[in-house]
Amino acid sequence: MQRGSDSWLKVAAFETQEYVRLIGAAFRALITPPIYRHDIVEQLDEIGWGSLTVVVLTGLFTGAALASQSGLTLDQFGARPVVGRLVSASMVKELGPVLTALMLTGRIGSGIAAELGSMVVTDQINALRALGTDPVRKLVLPRILAGVLMAPVLTIIADFVGIFGGWIVARFQLQVGTGLYWSSITEALYYADIYQGLAKPFVLGFMIVTIACYVGLRTKGGTQGVGHATTIAVVAGSVAVIAADFFVTQLMVFLFY
Amino acid sequence: MFRAPSRPNGGGNGPVVLFDHVQLAFDENVVLKDVSFTLEKGRTKIILGASGSGKSTILKIITGLLRCDGGAVVVNGGRVDQLSERELMAVRGDLGMIFQEGALFDSLTVRENVGYKLYEETKLPLAQVDRRVEEVLGFMGLSEHIDKMPSDLSGGQRRRVAIARAMAFKPSILLYDEATTGLDPITATTVDDEIIKLRDIEGVSSIVVTHQLRDAFYVATNMAVRGRNGSVEIVGATPEKADETEFIMLKDGLILFEGNAEELRQSNDPYLKLFLS
Repeated sequence: MQRGSDSWLKVAAFETQEYVRLIGAAFRALITPPIYRHDIVEQLDEIGWGSLTVVVLTGLFTGAALASQSGLTLDQFGARPVVGRLVSASMVKELGPVLTALMLTGRIGSGIAAELGSMVVTDQINALRALGTDPVRKLVLPRILAGVLMAPVLTIIADFVGIFGGWIVARFQLQVGTGLYWSSITEALYYADIYQGLAKPFVLGFMIVTIACYVGLRTKGGTQGVGHATTIAVVAGSVAVIAADFFVTQLMVFLFY
Repeated sequence: MFRAPSRPNGGGNGPVVLFDHVQLAFDENVVLKDVSFTLEKGRTKIILGASGSGKSTILKIITGLLRCDGGAVVVNGGRVDQLSERELMAVRGDLGMIFQEGALFDSLTVRENVGYKLYEETKLPLAQVDRRVEEVLGFMGLSEHIDKMPSDLSGGQRRRVAIARAMAFKPSILLYDEATTGLDPITATTVDDEIIKLRDIEGVSSIVVTHQLRDAFYVATNMAVRGRNGSVEIVGATPEKADETEFIMLKDGLILFEGNAEELRQSNDPYLKLFLS
């Protein structure tokens, strides 16, 4: 039992060390040449534009469901007109960043792990190195930059679409006036909420992509290994998103409230 | 170890690859116990051995993809076993490696695969890179496949594209890792012919890792010559030319045999006899 826990701790320490080393290598690649600009543009398109549909749909239905659910609760206090406040605060501070990040984990995290994992098991990563290309510069850094830059953009879009979805339900199901809905939103949102909602996706985007790259590059064992890596990237990425969200929230509450 | 008598270096300029008492183990599994050999400029070493005997490992150590635990590895006169990944990039500029199954980049076309290093890692004008890619693919007889994706090629074509990719930047050393494994004999012969042409026409030094005896002996006992009309023909090797290709047999992390094709055939070592039977 003791030996088992020792072994688990060693593996965990080793994995953490290697993960940090990968991040360090990516940082060095960021500040030293060469930079593969066209790969960065490609990844911005893949991660940003490619994820737009899923993020828009998620945001729309989340905002609509949130308005519908909170309308029922607010009715008990005769507070149906402030449904906009609840929708906007929830979307901007919590649901927008977290749900966007979870969607990105499913779409981008799995894709990165599968792609890099396949390249590892078919020797394409070794071929890159043999041809004089650093895989961290060519494959990891563009994905990290795209993840960190596009997660906030997608989150802002999800926030707006979610609030719009809430308006559809508020207007046509809860019969709340359009002017009242939108004015309650602007009244309820403070700069601290917006800072919080914008800070989270930078952290979450970074975590999703770095975990997926790390897991993908450490793939072993052929196609079965690729499947395993994909699963780990999604599971570990999702848990990391939820955990990081908690810690960033705590930090933001400490700093701004 | 049985070592055939060494021959004088016919026209070479010293070793381009030197392995000096190299050792490597993965945890408890000792892959290379004590391996020493040299590859002279313009010559070929064919490394034979059973699966898991460390043949591919030797190639990965030469390119710096793996680091040995002990001994020294010298490429083109400089030690590579202690270099950082960044320093190794310069060494790899003169090394081309053909991986098992080709390891082509499956999201790139044949043109982009073959010209990868020139497009991505040099500042050569695009037109010049395009010309070089077309020239190389023409040399390999693959011109009509230039815009195809790797998935649209046959196994033999993929290996030949991999060779084209490795030779596009004109390295002086080519490392072939099981370049013909899994191919039918006719397709394998086309790949062998390319290995011979690169050695004899382009003057490339090469290390060929294989367990396909037919291909190993074909490469060792044939040579490429230019015909009167400029075309390249594969003919039987002269005794002097055949002497320029040496075999190494690996067993249990050690070199069991080193010598030319004739010496390998005549060896009385029971393991070699079993391997050749």
